[in-house]
Amino acid sequence: MVQCLAPDGSVVREDLLPDPETRLELYRQMRRARHFDERGWVLYRQGRLGVFPPFGGMEASQVGTAAALTKNDWLFPTYRDTGAALTLGLPIARTLAYWRTSPHGWHMPADLKVLPFYIPIATQYPQAVGAALAERRQGTRNVAMAFIGDGGSSEGDFHEALNFAGALNAPCVFILQNNGWAISVPTRAQTRATDLSRRADGYGIPGVRVDGNDALATYHVTREAVDRARNGGGPTLIETVTYRVKPHTVADDPSRYRSEADTAGWDAKDPVTRLRTHLLTAGLLTEDSEAALLAEIAAEFEAALAEADSYPEPTPAEILDHVFAEPTPQLKKQRAEILAEHAAPNQKEQA
Amino acid sequence: MTATPPTGTKNMTMVAAINDALDIALAADDTVHIFGEDVGVMGGVFRATDGLQAKHGEGRVFDTPLAEAAIVGMGIGMGLAGLKPVAEIQFAGFLYPALDQILSHLGRYRHRTRSRYHLPMVIRAPYGGGVHTPEQHADSPEAILAHTPGVKVVIPSTPADAKGLLLSAINDPDPVFFFEAIKLYRSVKEDVPTGDYRVPIGKARLVTHGDDVTVICYGGMVEVAQKAAAAAQAAGIGVEVIDLRTLVPMDTDTIISSVARTGRAVIVTEAPRTAGFHSEIAAVIAEEAIEHLRAPIVRVTGFDAPYPPFTAVEDVYRPNPLRVAKAIRQVMDY
Ligand SMILES: Cc1ncc(C[n+]2csc(CCOP(=O)(O)OP(=O)(O)O)c2C)c(N)n1
Repeated sequence: MVQCLAPDGSVVREDLLPDPETRLELYRQMRRARHFDERGWVLYRQGRLGVFPPFGGMEASQVGTAAALTKNDWLFPTYRDTGAALTLGLPIARTLAYWRTSPHGWHMPADLKVLPFYIPIATQYPQAVGAALAERRQGTRNVAMAFIGDGGSSEGDFHEALNFAGALNAPCVFILQNNGWAISVPTRAQTRATDLSRRADGYGIPGVRVDGNDALATYHVTREAVDRARNGGGPTLIETVTYRVKPHTVADDPSRYRSEADTAGWDAKDPVTRLRTHLLTAGLLTEDSEAALLAEIAAEFEAALAEADSYPEPTPAEILDHVFAEPTPQLKKQRAEILAEHAAPNQKEQA
Repeated sequence: MTATPPTGTKNMTMVAAINDALDIALAADDTVHIFGEDVGVMGGVFRATDGLQAKHGEGRVFDTPLAEAAIVGMGIGMGLAGLKPVAEIQFAGFLYPALDQILSHLGRYRHRTRSRYHLPMVIRAPYGGGVHTPEQHADSPEAILAHTPGVKVVIPSTPADAKGLLLSAINDPDPVFFFEAIKLYRSVKEDVPTGDYRVPIGKARLVTHGDDVTVICYGGMVEVAQKAAAAAQAAGIGVEVIDLRTLVPMDTDTIISSVARTGRAVIVTEAPRTAGFHSEIAAVIAEEAIEHLRAPIVRVTGFDAPYPPFTAVEDVYRPNPLRVAKAIRQVMDY
């Protein structure tokens, strides 16, 4: 398993360390992601955010990988991958809107090739292969990155995608976040395999296992995979070994299926603390510069929250928008029905 | 299966009644096996299988890896080889990866082996809206299954029916899809017969009697139709509400004899409008009772767009009593 920093923040692979600027940027992005996750919980309890799947503790797995992309590359995130999407540049306000169940969360910025969070599991994996292949056919050097969980890697789509990507030499980077759980099912009950990166072997593509709580390591191996893909070397499967410290969603009760002992120990591997210790020791971060960073992140978040608050609620007929480029006669009729029904809200009382 | 016959009743929610049925089936017949995502230790995301693994063992009630096609495909093999598989698909909207197994095999095995093999498999899946779930969790894909030859489709609307129909489904020699309206899991309670209580597959339930309009519905739409019927009844319109209970086989006789009497039909589902099961019901009425109709058949349905997860306007999509009441007025005023 590739590792740059030990859990205590000491350097174990000097040769793999990215440059200081990159290390600081990874720290900044992890802090942004964690801030979102922490504020998200509070907002959920206040009724200002809907049910969302937290990712706290998985920041290195998401940030270190997505940071290896540029804005010309594709990102196919699952519902758990807010941290990855934010890293590539998905606006915080849009992300909040998505988890507020607002259509404004489905409007993706034109300068990004990031898809809305995928809810059905594994279905996005073959699509990433297609996007990657299309880029190559069109003569670009852009790549596609797709995320999946350890549970999702049991789905047929996962295996078909890996096989296609290998056979067609698609510039694709597959991130398999092994966070120990698929809702209540631990990885050991999910599969008899103990090293999920070796699934790549079956498809003839490189597989890499990396410490998913070490942002420098995830960044290093992902950069290598992205570079290989860009240079025509084909796909890579990267297993990030991490842990879902939090419940499956903010509404889930993990005490039904795991004990505290299962989770104990993972706090000591916290990815944010690990990089922080390293940066402080290396003199790249000081208490003061960190305080300034955190203040900047908090301000950015609050501004985004205000923006999300300003998005109007959808109107009734909007549920029929964007089904086809040109609404069918049926949809036009149905729109008229909705408009007629919702023109006079007082009618409700008569029902 | 020989289980204890009903001896009394117990007040239960629908999810408790389903759990009770599964418990009885496991106890009565050791070929019954329950499996799916999170059904074991956790007892299912809706707790429908709560406590069953602890009681009947990990061999009988077990968690599978996360793969719907394999859940159904494995169930087919289990059924071929003499077990009674009862699989759970966590949400009906996540049934789609398994469609190849269902459309290519589950429905065809008896036919393509001339009954040498048959599949006594039950697939349970929570479906439908009304509880503000994320994207794709509120789908109503029953028409896809109803359109697949060789599979039965059952959708209960009350706790007692859920229990009685599920026990019938598990004891049916053929594959049965059992859709459970998420909205109804805990919102209604009623007295449910204890013990091995059965409701036959293929028989509709008369919910309310009336002479002016027939409202045909099932699953999560029954309570919606009932509310509309109560309002219409108060205004002097006699509404007959029929809960179909089973889409395949459909109880055509009950529908036709009611429509022949009332002369008016309103059909309510929460699935998208185009090519839904409601269209099949309308076609059957048109074929067999058109001479009795005093007004065009009216469908009250979802819309031809994916079910919206937008909390603010979700309720626009799902038919409400007001929309059903309007349809009742429309056929009355024609
Ligand atoms: C096709 C499909 N089946 C089932 C579900 C329901 N479901 C949502 S999350 C989840 C567990 C996913 O576990 P894993 O892939 O390990 O990802 P994690 O949630 O741990 O990030 C399940 C079964 C779904 N969303 N899609």
